[in-house]
Amino acid sequence: MDVKAGNGDGRRGEVLLSVRDLRVWFELRRFGFGHAGYVHAVDGVNFDLGYGEAVAVVGESGCGKSSLMKTIMGLYRPTGGEILFDGQKLNDLSGREMRAYRSHVGYVQQDPYGALPSFMNVRQILQEPMIINGVRDEAKRMDRIRQVLTEVKMSPVDEFLPKFPHMLSGGQQQRIVIARAMMMEPKLMVADEPVSMLDASVRVEILSLLRGLQEQHHLAVIYITHDLSTVRYFSERIMVMYAGQIVEKGKVDDLLGNPKHPYTQALIDATSDPDARNAEVFRDVPPGEPPSLVRPPTGCRFHPRCPHFMPDVCDKEVPPDFETEPQHFAACWLYR
Amino acid sequence: MTTTPTSETLLRIEKLLLHFRSRRGVVQAVDGVDLTLDYNEAIVIIGESGCGKTSMAKAILRLLPRNVEAYSGKVILTGTDVMPMTDEQYRQEVRWVRIAAVPQAAMNALNPVLRVGDQVAEPGMVHHGFSKEDALKQARKMFQLVGVPDDFVNRYAFELSGGMRQRVALAMALVTSPDVIVLDEPTSALDVLTQANIMNQLKRIKQSMGMSFILITHDIATSSELADRVAVMYAGQIVEVGDAHRFFTQPLHPYSHMLMASVPRLRGTSAPEFIVGQPPSLINPPAGCRFAARCPKRFDRCAEEPPTFKPEGRPVKCWLYE
Repeated sequence: MDVKAGNGDGRRGEVLLSVRDLRVWFELRRFGFGHAGYVHAVDGVNFDLGYGEAVAVVGESGCGKSSLMKTIMGLYRPTGGEILFDGQKLNDLSGREMRAYRSHVGYVQQDPYGALPSFMNVRQILQEPMIINGVRDEAKRMDRIRQVLTEVKMSPVDEFLPKFPHMLSGGQQQRIVIARAMMMEPKLMVADEPVSMLDASVRVEILSLLRGLQEQHHLAVIYITHDLSTVRYFSERIMVMYAGQIVEKGKVDDLLGNPKHPYTQALIDATSDPDARNAEVFRDVPPGEPPSLVRPPTGCRFHPRCPHFMPDVCDKEVPPDFETEPQHFAACWLYR
Repeated sequence: MTTTPTSETLLRIEKLLLHFRSRRGVVQAVDGVDLTLDYNEAIVIIGESGCGKTSMAKAILRLLPRNVEAYSGKVILTGTDVMPMTDEQYRQEVRWVRIAAVPQAAMNALNPVLRVGDQVAEPGMVHHGFSKEDALKQARKMFQLVGVPDDFVNRYAFELSGGMRQRVALAMALVTSPDVIVLDEPTSALDVLTQANIMNQLKRIKQSMGMSFILITHDIATSSELADRVAVMYAGQIVEVGDAHRFFTQPLHPYSHMLMASVPRLRGTSAPEFIVGQPPSLINPPAGCRFAARCPKRFDRCAEEPPTFKPEGRPVKCWLYE
């Protein structure tokens, strides 16, 4: 296979990725064989992602956001539901087709140092995806490497090529990870907490870079994070995940300006901006901790912690997505 | 034992210096730091990674590695300089008695084979000579104070969530009722809600027990939850100290200014901006102002090291305020 030109050019507005009632459960075993239940990591997730669109998935650790992404990248098999990429069902792909599919999806890991092999230099790291995908011509590979390194603003390129990961700063390491993800001109980029390990001053730099690449290449981006304050500058839509389900989704300004789901409201209330007056007040935080995904609460999974809990409603039935405003959905019985 | 306030400041640090030996040269991690801390006050130390924040905490607590090249200055606790003390005397009279700490990544620093209750009880047994029974009783009290159910004393670290483990580490620092607690990145690995919860707890403890805190962090937004005063550290030096209200609305040093501008805000419209370049190496820090290479406002004077000026009584290490 040759390196194909163009990512999502000219197809803005069309659906690239479609996730339908996706379930990813992991079986728990007792003493190695007896069945002991399932971890319901992802439980009934629906969303569409357009060509060239950036969406943020926000949620706490353990809410299933990484399992969702790994399933989208084809690393886990879904337990139920389906994923359509460019109209093709992921479940139907053969091994070879799956490999081709993965070359269309770039992945930016959370910890850049852990994601880069310490025994390879930058040149080897960036050649690897092309070797795996059958780009035989070394000159062609080097051309592409130079091109991408310039795009991620690692210049002069020749200075960085022989360097090993430990010789680079955290920000530079993350640029290499991004360059590696860009190598095969993906249509979709999954960035899993790409800046949580970096310093505040570098964070914005890396996120701006991702944003620039997204716009320039009409790349669809799924940005996973727990930090709401970075979201508004780097994505168009937000999906809030809680205990394996998406509880609210909408455009960035709608969702942050007018959050509907009590969980989203709690997240926003708990996020601070630098302001000395913060020290004078206590923040409202819902009691308790996120539930176990082995036996999640019945009905709405947030009900045991919710300040608006309605007995006999919230604990009985799972709330569907209510469209509270155009393109703004909340899975909460308050909006029935 | 929380000492009763006197006219003397609780903690005064003067010209604190901590240099390490490394294969490539001497690392000037803490290079002449002056700082004061009052009774029932929280001071926040902010700065990028590698600026020497954690080394400063270690220098205050005298938790030093083997490769120390130079360690000097004054650490004056209620009028007494503790630097001339022997290590044994320091261990018995200061560390965990007057100054305790919650180390970085404390949630992963708990002993995996000891029950968490025993770990919290230990400082009481060592420093106050409590019997095991009394110390455990005290540990239960501390658990309640930090918001952990007190029957968790019998659990092991792996049975607790990250937030709970962080609280246990905090309980461990509180158990001897020290005057000062040094918190090194207490919430950086935690989720937003857990973070807010722990900050609430710290505020409550500060109010009810009258303790003072030194909070070291790179998370400026969260730090504002506790800060009475803010100190900005850059390349081993403190470049600005100021009252939180004035600092957060109008920082003086160009670095503080850019650091504040790099914080993404949930409310408000200005997009964050990043600081071009990287902090200098601490092995051969540049002569003159250490921030000059990245500073948009540099001028001729910056080739010389700036002293600390005090415009409106706010210490700032920058020639602009000469």
